[in-house]
Amino acid sequence: MLAHLPILQVIVPLLAAPLCLFLTRSRLVWLFALIASGFSFIISILLLQQVMASGTIIYELGGWDAPWGIEYRIDQLNALLLLIISAISTVVLFSAHTSIEKEIPADRHSLFYILYLLSLAGMLGIVATADAFNVFVFLEISSLSAYALIALGKDRRALWASYQYLIMGTIGATFILIGIGLMYQMTGTLNMYDLSQRLPEVENTRTVFTAFAFVIVGVCLKLALFPLHLWLPNAYAYAPSIVTAFFAATATKVAVYLLIRFTFSVFGLSFSFTALPLQMLFVVLGVAGVFVASFAAIYQTNVKHLFAYSSVAQIGYMIVGFSVSTTTGLMATLLHLFNHALMKSALFLALAAVVYRIGSVQLSQFHGLGRQMPFTMAAIVVGGLSLIGVPLTVGFVSKWYLVLATIENGWWPVTVLILLGSLLAIVYVWRIVEAAYFKPPVTGSENIKEAPLSFLIPVWSLVIANIYFGIDTRLSVQVAQAASQSLFGVSP
Amino acid sequence: MNIPLEVMLQLSIILPMIAVAGIVATGRNPNLREAVTIGTSLVLFYFVIMLYQGIEQGQSISVQWWEILPGLQLSFNIEALGMIFALIASFLWFITTIYAIGYMRGHDEQNQTRFYACFAIAIGSVMGIAFAANLFTLFIFYEVLTLSTYPLVTHAGTKDAKRGGRIYLGILLSTSIVFFLLAIIGTWFVAGTLDFKQGGVFASDVNTTVAGAILVLFIFGIGKAAIMPFHRWLPAAMVAPTPVSALLHAVAVVKAGVFTILKVCTLIFGLDLLAVLPSTQFMLYLAGATVLLASLVAMRQDNLKARLAYSTVSQLGYVTIGALLATSSGVIGGSMHIGMHAFSKITLFFCAGAILVAAHKTKISEMHGIGRQMPITMVAFLIATLSIIGVPPTGGTWSKWFLLMGTLETEQWIIMAVLIISSLLNIAYLLPIPFHAFFSGDKIASSGNVIKEAPLASLIALCITTVGCVVLFIYPQSLYELAAAILKTPGIIYGN
Repeated sequence: MLAHLPILQVIVPLLAAPLCLFLTRSRLVWLFALIASGFSFIISILLLQQVMASGTIIYELGGWDAPWGIEYRIDQLNALLLLIISAISTVVLFSAHTSIEKEIPADRHSLFYILYLLSLAGMLGIVATADAFNVFVFLEISSLSAYALIALGKDRRALWASYQYLIMGTIGATFILIGIGLMYQMTGTLNMYDLSQRLPEVENTRTVFTAFAFVIVGVCLKLALFPLHLWLPNAYAYAPSIVTAFFAATATKVAVYLLIRFTFSVFGLSFSFTALPLQMLFVVLGVAGVFVASFAAIYQTNVKHLFAYSSVAQIGYMIVGFSVSTTTGLMATLLHLFNHALMKSALFLALAAVVYRIGSVQLSQFHGLGRQMPFTMAAIVVGGLSLIGVPLTVGFVSKWYLVLATIENGWWPVTVLILLGSLLAIVYVWRIVEAAYFKPPVTGSENIKEAPLSFLIPVWSLVIANIYFGIDTRLSVQVAQAASQSLFGVSP
Repeated sequence: MNIPLEVMLQLSIILPMIAVAGIVATGRNPNLREAVTIGTSLVLFYFVIMLYQGIEQGQSISVQWWEILPGLQLSFNIEALGMIFALIASFLWFITTIYAIGYMRGHDEQNQTRFYACFAIAIGSVMGIAFAANLFTLFIFYEVLTLSTYPLVTHAGTKDAKRGGRIYLGILLSTSIVFFLLAIIGTWFVAGTLDFKQGGVFASDVNTTVAGAILVLFIFGIGKAAIMPFHRWLPAAMVAPTPVSALLHAVAVVKAGVFTILKVCTLIFGLDLLAVLPSTQFMLYLAGATVLLASLVAMRQDNLKARLAYSTVSQLGYVTIGALLATSSGVIGGSMHIGMHAFSKITLFFCAGAILVAAHKTKISEMHGIGRQMPITMVAFLIATLSIIGVPPTGGTWSKWFLLMGTLETEQWIIMAVLIISSLLNIAYLLPIPFHAFFSGDKIASSGNVIKEAPLASLIALCITTVGCVVLFIYPQSLYELAAAILKTPGIIYGN
C-alpha cells in the first residue's frame, strides 16, 4: 500500500470525480469530495515525511521500466507542492457546500464537485509525474475543468472571463506541447530524467533552443507572469468564490513548479541560464510585474479584482527569487509558493464568506463590515498584513529570504524595489481596512450578520496557519532548503 | 512570591498580552475592566522592579524562546539601557491608567474596551523592545507596537482620525519596511549576527562606506525616533485621545525609537566604529537640524497638543544627538534624557488633557487666565516646562548637562550651539503658556463659565508625574548609574 502512495495521490480524486455522478444529493457529494480530497492530503503528508527521511521516491506505473513506462518521481520539491495543493483543496472544500448554495444552481452542484476533483487530480498529476507528455495530459485535465469551473460563476461576465482564459490557456498548453514534441524529436524520450541525460548532447542545436523557448513561454502564460497575466484578474473575479480561493492558492503555483522543473531538472541549470538571457529577462519582468500589478490593485473597486492583481504581483516576487538563481533565491521562491498559498486562500475564502452574506465584493459594499462581520474582516486584516510582510506572519519569512538572496548577489537596486513594492501592498490592503472600519454601513444593510461557522472555521485555520508558519518556520524552511539544494545539486 | 527572574522577564512581556483577554472578557463592566488594567500594570511594575534589583546585584538575566529562521532567535536579555526604558514605561503605564480612567469617563469616549486592550498590547510590545536580545526580536516587537497603536490613533473613527492614521501607519510602516528591515538584513549579511554585543558586532576591518550606509538606513528606518523628514507621523498621531498621546506618543512609542537608535549605536556599531564612520557627522547635523526646525514649527502651533508634539520631535533629536556623539557622556546624557523627557512631557500632555476635559479648550490662545480656575494643573505644567527647558530644580537639568559635556568632549561646537539655542526656543514656546494662564487677563472668569479642575483620578496622576520631575533632580543617582552601565560589560555593572 505504502509503495503505491505516489499514484494513489492522483488516482483517488481522479476516480472519485465520476463517482460523484452517482450521488445525487448535494450534501452527500460534498462529503464524498471532501473525503477524497482529505485522503489526498493525508497521502501527501506521508509522502513528504518519506521523502524528507529517505530521499526521492521513484514509482513505475504498471511496473514498466522508466524510459518505456511512465514514471512518477517524488522529491522534496514535488512533495512540497503536493502538500500545498491537497491541503488547500481540502480546507477550501470545507466551505464549499455553504458557499455554492448561493452561487451555483442546485442542479449543477454535483457537476461542480466533479470538476473540482478533476482539477485537483490534474494539478496533483502535473506535479507528481516525471514524464513530460504526462505533464501535458494532466495540464489539460486541470485546465479544461478549470475553464468550466470558472464559467459556473453567477455573473454573466464569468463566461467571457472563462473564454479569455480558455484561449490564453490553450495557447500556453499548445506551446508546452510543441516544446515537448521538439524535445522528443531530438532525444526520443519523454522521461524527464532521461531527457536531462540526453539533452546536453544536442543542446547546441536550434531545435533544442526553440523547444526551450516554447516551453518557457507556455509555462509563463500559465503562471500569469507579467505581461502574460491578462487572463487572470477576470478569471479570479468572476469565478465562483470557492473556485477562486482554490485556484488562487494552487493553479499558478503548479505553473511555477513546472518552470522550476523544466529549467532545473530537464534542461539543466547551465543550459537554462545561458541559452537565453533568462536571468535578466525574469528579473525585469518580475519587478515590473510587482509594480504594475500592485498599482493596478490599488485602483480596483472590486475586492476580488484587487487581490487577483495582488496575486500577479506576488508571482513577480517568486520570479525575482527564481531569477537570482542561487540556492537562497530558489528557497525564497519556494517559501513564497507555500506562504502565498496560505495568504491567498485565507483572503479569498474570507471573500467567499462576504459574498455569502452580502452577495457582492465591491469595495463600496464593505463599508461598516468591520462591525457586522468582525471575524471575517479580522481574517482579511491578518491576511493582508501577511501580504505586506509584517513580522510574525508568513509574508515576512518569504520577504526575508528574497531580500537576503538579492543582497547576496549584490543586486541592491532590486532589493530596494522589492521593499518598495511591499509598500504598495500596504496601500491596497489599507483601502479595504478603511472601508470596513471607518465608513458607516450602507443603508439597507444594517442587518448583516457574521458569516456561518462553515466559513469561519476554515478561514481561521488558514489565518492561524499564516501566523503559525510565520513563527515556527521549521517545516517550510527545511523543506524549501532541501528542495532548493537538491535542485542545485548541492548535498545538504 | 518567589518567581525566578527569567520567568518574570517573560511574564513582563506576556502578562499585558494576557491582560487583553481579561479586558475583553470584562468589557461590559467598566469598573472590573479598569481593575484588570490597573492590577496588571501594578504587577508588571513589580516585575520590572524585581528585575532591576536582579541586575543591580549583578545577575545576568536572559531567555531564549525559539528560532524563527535559522540563526534568528526570539530571545531576550536585560541590560542597563533596556532597564531604563522598561522601568519608565511600566511605571508610567500605571500612572496613565489612573489618568485614563478619569479622562475617558470625563470625556465620554466610545469603545473604551478596545482602547484598554490595544493599550495593553502596546505596553507588552514595549517590554519586548526593551528586553530584546537581538535586532530581529526588537524589530518584531517594533512592528507589533506600530500596528497595535494604529487603532488607538484612529480611536475617534472620524475623518481626521482616518487621515491621521494613514500618515501614522504610512510613515512608520514604510520607513521600517524599506529602511529598517534593509539595514537589519544588511547587518546580518555583513556581520553575520544580529545579537546586541558590547562594542558592536562589525569586524574591525569592516568597509566603512558600507557600515556608514547601514547607519543612515538605521537612522531613517527607525521612524519612531522622528528624525526629519520622517517626523510627520508624530503630529498626525495627535488625533488620538490624550492618554494615548501622553503615554505612547510622548513616552512609549517615541522612546522605543530613540531607544533603538541608542541601542544600535552602542551595541551594534559600537562607539569606536561609530566615531569613524563617514556618515555619522552628517546624521548628527541632521539630528541638530531636526531639533531646531521642530522647535521653530512648535512656536507657530496654536493647538496645545500640536505644539507639544513638535516639542517632542525636537526633544527626541537630543537623544539621537547623544547617541551619535559617540562618546560616553553623550550616551549617558541621551539615555538619561529618555527618562527625564518622559516624565516632563507626559505631565504636559496630562495637563493638556485635563484642560480639554475640564474646560473643553484645545487652543493656547484661549487659555489665558485659566490658571485661576485650574491652579494645580497649571503649576504642574510650569514645573514640567522647566524640566523640558532644563533648569533646576527639575530632572531635565541633568540630561542636558551630560549632553553638553558630550559636545564639549568631542568638540562639536555647532551641536553645542544647537542645544543651547534649542533651550532658548523651549523657553519661547512653552513658558508663555503657564505665564499667560496665571497673569494675563481674566477672559474666562469674566465670561461667566465656571471651570473646575479635571476629574480627581487625572489630577492625582499628573501630580505624581510632576513630583517625578523634581525627584529626578534630587535623586538622579539610580538613573545615572544605569545610564553609565550601558557601556560596561554586563554582569560586572556595579562591581567596578
